[in-house]
Amino acid sequence: MAASLTVNRSQATTETRWVRYALTGLALAFITLFLIVPLIAVFAEALRQGWGLFLAAFTDPDALSAIRLTLITAAIAVPLNLVFGVAAAWTISRFQFRGRSVLTTLIDLPFAVSPVVAGLIYVLLFGAQGWFGPWLAEHDIKIIFAIPGIVLATVFVTFPFIARELIPLMEAQGSDEEQAALVLGASGWQTFWRVTLPNIKWGLLYGVILANARAMGEFGAVSVVSGHIRGMTNTIPLHVEILYNEYNFVGAFACASLLALLALVTLAVKSFIEWRSEKLAEEDRRHATEE
Amino acid sequence: MRATRLLAALGLGFTLFAHADTTLLNVSYDVMRDFYKDYNPAFKKHYDARFKDSITIQQSHGGSSKQALSVISGLEADVVTMNQSTDIDAIAEKGKLLPADWAKRLPDQSAPFSSLQVLIVRKGNPKAIKDWNDLVKPGVQVIVPNPKTSGNGRYTYLAAWGYALKQPGGNEQKAQDFVAGVFRNVPVLDAGGRAATTTFMQRKIGDVLVTFENEAEMIAREFGRGEFEVVYPSISIDADLPVAVVDKVVDKKGTRKAAEEYLKYLWSPEGQEIAAQNYLRPRDKGVAAKYAKQFPAVKLFGVDELGGWQAIQKRHFNDGGVYDQIAASIAKK
Amino acid sequence: MAFKQASVLPGFNLSFGYTIFYMSLIVLLPLTALVVKTSSLEWGQFWAIVSEERVVATYKVTFGASLLAAIINLFTGLLVAWVLVRYSFPGKRLIDALVDLPFALPTAVAGIALATIYAPNGWIGQWFAPGSVLGGLFGSEGLSLAFNPTGIVIALTFVTLPFVVRTVQPVLADIEQELEEAASSLGANRWQIFRLVILPILWPALLTGFSLAFARAIGEYGSVIFIAGNMPFKSEITPLMIISKLEQYDYVGATAIAVVMLGVSFLLLLAINGLQWWSARRLGRRN
Repeated sequence: MAASLTVNRSQATTETRWVRYALTGLALAFITLFLIVPLIAVFAEALRQGWGLFLAAFTDPDALSAIRLTLITAAIAVPLNLVFGVAAAWTISRFQFRGRSVLTTLIDLPFAVSPVVAGLIYVLLFGAQGWFGPWLAEHDIKIIFAIPGIVLATVFVTFPFIARELIPLMEAQGSDEEQAALVLGASGWQTFWRVTLPNIKWGLLYGVILANARAMGEFGAVSVVSGHIRGMTNTIPLHVEILYNEYNFVGAFACASLLALLALVTLAVKSFIEWRSEKLAEEDRRHATEE
Repeated sequence: MRATRLLAALGLGFTLFAHADTTLLNVSYDVMRDFYKDYNPAFKKHYDARFKDSITIQQSHGGSSKQALSVISGLEADVVTMNQSTDIDAIAEKGKLLPADWAKRLPDQSAPFSSLQVLIVRKGNPKAIKDWNDLVKPGVQVIVPNPKTSGNGRYTYLAAWGYALKQPGGNEQKAQDFVAGVFRNVPVLDAGGRAATTTFMQRKIGDVLVTFENEAEMIAREFGRGEFEVVYPSISIDADLPVAVVDKVVDKKGTRKAAEEYLKYLWSPEGQEIAAQNYLRPRDKGVAAKYAKQFPAVKLFGVDELGGWQAIQKRHFNDGGVYDQIAASIAKK
Repeated sequence: MAFKQASVLPGFNLSFGYTIFYMSLIVLLPLTALVVKTSSLEWGQFWAIVSEERVVATYKVTFGASLLAAIINLFTGLLVAWVLVRYSFPGKRLIDALVDLPFALPTAVAGIALATIYAPNGWIGQWFAPGSVLGGLFGSEGLSLAFNPTGIVIALTFVTLPFVVRTVQPVLADIEQELEEAASSLGANRWQIFRLVILPILWPALLTGFSLAFARAIGEYGSVIFIAGNMPFKSEITPLMIISKLEQYDYVGATAIAVVMLGVSFLLLLAINGLQWWSARRLGRRN
């Protein structure tokens, strides 16, 4: 991304050295205070009583089942939103139709809805007192306080991530290549698989990674629909809360550090993707000039 | 086992995975987890031997009202074990999941043990706190959870109210002024009892923490006994901790027999002994005598003396109630 | 005008249909349930709930703290983006990656970690506690960073930190050097160039980042609750009111407040998209 821009500027278009140092120092101080110190705090608290207790936190069967449920939830929610994200991005970036901007706004909506409200709406729909509650009870189908409810709440909060990543990317790329493929006789699906997908794959991956991190870390919405049954419907963030409430701070921060680690891996993969796509772009440019 | 069930749940999309006949779900409130951690294995041993069966007990913990709300919304609890009867009343009233006279079905108004509010002060009691009236003194910081979101906070509020009411010349207005005085000294209102303890013990905020007697023991186990002292006030509130079978759920799942046995066993000598070990005051005379040393005699009054939970909830804690007026008057000073 | 302009590309019906179907199922239907639930109230009752004194106090806290956090991020976000794009220093790539951390870290973990750090006995909080080095600067009471509205602003600043940085960064990187060189050769100094040349170009991106941060901050619950202190009329946030209503089994009251929050979020997002449209047009005209 922008950051790796070579900083080779003429005297006229940059600041004096002292201003540069001062600004960089200020920015770093802010980042340290608000990002690095909290991150270190999570790991420091987790390791406060040594590695033994830290690792013990993960051998607890309840912790394992929380990890398993979190993985299952993400494994369902992310692919669902992946398909939606691609379909929505295709619709919005490739066609002009009425209500396009309203549709874009609606896709963003879950992003601004309070997680508490996000959980509440599913209780209103599927709770015993909700719209579909009596029907569901009659047919013995469980949605909230079971895996489907947790998945639904997670799908809701991660709904915009992939679409949001793809729409600007696909708008910027334009549809010239796809039109060319179609003119040359490719079918719609062939065009999609062979032209569109390769073009958006890095953006898509970044969207998936962010959506995945958010899916695994969601607390507020899932807390409302989970039922908190130990070893059954607790995700990692809910398990963290339980351990914290048991005064088991080491265990709580150990599980939290697992999520922080996930965040770091996410960021590392993301950086790698950016680096990769920059390199590819550079190669493309070089090829273009050589030709 | 659990993994295969999870996979089955995945495959079918919507499956309830707790339909083995002898799986009970106990939906409980936050601070009860330690007791049930000890009680569940003991009960399983008793039940399996007596009925030639194998029972599994699942636990769910959270804020008392939030848990009750989940049960109303469809969380299939076989038994509920709460910290105030209004939460079970709500399940009866809003969810129609059990009869309104549920409390009559078991002894002691369905409360197998009780606790009371005590004062926890820093080591050496530097602010010389002895009783409720020390909490309104200027310069004393009191840590209490929010009465709007925590049963623990509601019991503290009522204990202070009852104390003021029972002083010579005490009346409702004086009680309200007194409680306002206590809450004026509260610097942080946490959402639940455990968060309040963390604020007091971990963040070292406040001079006195008001919480349940059994919580004081948990704090000692987790944070060390040298860190604080427990002060028993001259009078406190009797916090009955009620339990009930959720009829609609057990009839649907066919678990009534096991659920009833689960609750009845709470009154058995063994159940009462486990309660006492967790610093919950037992009902059983024999067990109470055995553990008398750890339960100093305190003058107690019941919630019924203040009109019963339903009337109290409406008058004090609902939106616009006395507590809200107190909070508003504090904020405006 | 027809509903859709003609296009040679296929798949409109499929992708449009699926988008609408999935969105209706996941987003629109549940949100409709929310609004319908509220419609069981008379207008007067609805108004009484959402305009109650204590609830109004939470709007002030929530919107005030969100606004402050968004403003802080407006300046620091621009600063961080500027430093990341224009200067080089060791560890720059790491810092750049870390900016996304608040997106990825669960909010409850963030709240607990921040409370641990900024509490009066925490790593940073202790320096501002009564009687401490820096606390002395703020009088005998010191400066309390957690368990008051300051704590809320700290949590919200953390949670919304990436927005301004990530919207400004690409725009800043795209500004052509020639523009600044031209301004410089015409005799403008650095500050004038920044104010008159660069800032006007960044303005739409800054506003977008600002509004996104603001919208996100309003709904935040998990991280705030651990550090707010939750004192009535002082540091209670609106999402806490919803929880508090639910604790009283008051579904309708909870949904009424939720609808107000939803309405504000929707208006904010519309404004953001309007801004983006406006800036796209402005840029379009420039080219």
